[in-house]
Amino acid sequence: MRIVIASGKGGTGKTTVVANLATYLKLSGLNVSVADCDVEEPNLHLFLNPRLDIEKTTTVPVPKVDPERCTGDDCGLCAQLCRFKALILMAGEVMVFAELCHGCGLCTLACPEKAIIEDSRIIGVVRSGMVGCMPFTEGELRIGEAMSPPLIEAVKSASPKNEVELIDCPPGTSCPVIKSLDGADFSVLVTEPTPFGLHDLDLAVQTLRQLRIPFGVVINRDGMGNSCVHDYLEREGIALLGTIPHSLEAAQAYSRGQLHVGHVQGFEAHYARLWDNIRQQIGEIHS
Amino acid sequence: MSPASKPNKNAKAIQEVVVISGKGGTGKTSVTAALAALGPKKVLADCDVDAADLHLVLAPDNIRTEDFIAGERAFINADACVGCGLCLEHCRYGAVSAQFEIINENCEGCGVCAFVCPEDAAVMLPRHCGVWHIAKTRFGSLVHARLGVAEENSGKLVTTVRQAARKLAEEQGASLILTDGPPGIGCPVIASLGGADLALAVAEPTTSALHDLKRVHDLTKHFDIPLMVIINKSGINEEITKTIGDYCKDNGVEMAGTLPYDNAFTQAQIRALSVVEYDPEGRGRDLLGLWNRIQARLDQDNQ
Repeated sequence: MRIVIASGKGGTGKTTVVANLATYLKLSGLNVSVADCDVEEPNLHLFLNPRLDIEKTTTVPVPKVDPERCTGDDCGLCAQLCRFKALILMAGEVMVFAELCHGCGLCTLACPEKAIIEDSRIIGVVRSGMVGCMPFTEGELRIGEAMSPPLIEAVKSASPKNEVELIDCPPGTSCPVIKSLDGADFSVLVTEPTPFGLHDLDLAVQTLRQLRIPFGVVINRDGMGNSCVHDYLEREGIALLGTIPHSLEAAQAYSRGQLHVGHVQGFEAHYARLWDNIRQQIGEIHS
Repeated sequence: MSPASKPNKNAKAIQEVVVISGKGGTGKTSVTAALAALGPKKVLADCDVDAADLHLVLAPDNIRTEDFIAGERAFINADACVGCGLCLEHCRYGAVSAQFEIINENCEGCGVCAFVCPEDAAVMLPRHCGVWHIAKTRFGSLVHARLGVAEENSGKLVTTVRQAARKLAEEQGASLILTDGPPGIGCPVIASLGGADLALAVAEPTTSALHDLKRVHDLTKHFDIPLMVIINKSGINEEITKTIGDYCKDNGVEMAGTLPYDNAFTQAQIRALSVVEYDPEGRGRDLLGLWNRIQARLDQDNQ
């Protein structure tokens, strides 16, 4: 069972929900694994303190042109075909701009002289380890690298299947989010009860509906803003899976990298209720 | 004429400040909206095209709307397809289904399927990825955009927004472009930062935000963009507030200022106001002090 925690808006509490829910489920005796797919800013490790034993670099293919074979000005097919402008024919020579390459392989396929082979470029690292008996996987994008989806894919493949697999998703609604959501059985959207929270929640809802992934919503910092999100959920017929109250004590625990479960009195019950509702929603989908 | 009063030929007529954060939810948009209410004549740009929120405060009146067409998307014409499977075999993005249909969300528009298709059944079509607008607001013109749901090319849309903002600033004789940036350090952030005069990172005093601020700082160094830091919600954790201050001092990063943990930001947002309008005597004064330090830095860098 793969559950992806997503949000649209950043900073609503995705990582908080993943870390606390995982801890709660582990304490309840379930076999859980967690994966941090927010490879641009991976933070889950700060809350779960995993022992990370394995680190592997992730690469994407990039073309390498053999100048002996390339016929340059007489051909130029690769530069003409590349949609990403990663190959340019200049002064009779094909130049490769690796940062622009999406690694599709078209140039290698198309070259009539077989002058293009595939080299590789490092985009980041995937780290794996354990939090006690819970498998933990994360990715970290190299600074200056623009392309995160292949690294997200690598994190997901490295994360072991389990009774429950929780995935921490990056914010937004574009390619990195789509890549993180691919293959999800269920998604939990985390929002906050403010106009910004509502606006970006609606974008996330549209995304999940388009991807046909079943989902429900958690309102974090409930009580901080107004009732706009509650009203929206009612209007749209979307399941409210749970609320986490607005609390300075909870914000302070978070700021220190502490979990709510075990550190903020009464908060464990919020995650218990959240899990009950997630299970009920998933049960309804399967029945 | 004294050297100081001589106009500097190298001085830029328009300077661009981009508000970023690494971690989401630290207050980029609230800070951008507040700074929008201050300072010189400016053009505003919302480059968080994935989840743009600045318009919720600025209540823009759109005067021009453009479709954003970028790149291509594959389409397989079922009548011409003979089911040979070459497209499925060669597509590296899982964008061809077992029934030889294109899965739009996965398609990168690379053209491999069209290249290998022996029947010309796979074709590449222009891709409508979103819309962008030029709008009037009470603080000046705003360029904002909306990436289509589950769409590609956010970086290119950011570039489109920035180019439109620059053109407007030139036409209007505005001296500043103030940009609300996206979270993270990836494609749209890189597109938002390239060639900017100053990055303004909004951090909150949390373990996560400190971790993310360091990565954002590395990114600005990588692209050689000057950086200033704002600490928002300082009351949450005094110790980490100090740690961030020390980090900035040790790394030669100038602090633009500190803002307290204050419900006024949420209340302003609910009323679709900037915090400068909602609380002019309180947070409004803090923001003015902050803006003056940013202005001083811009003047200094522009000499």
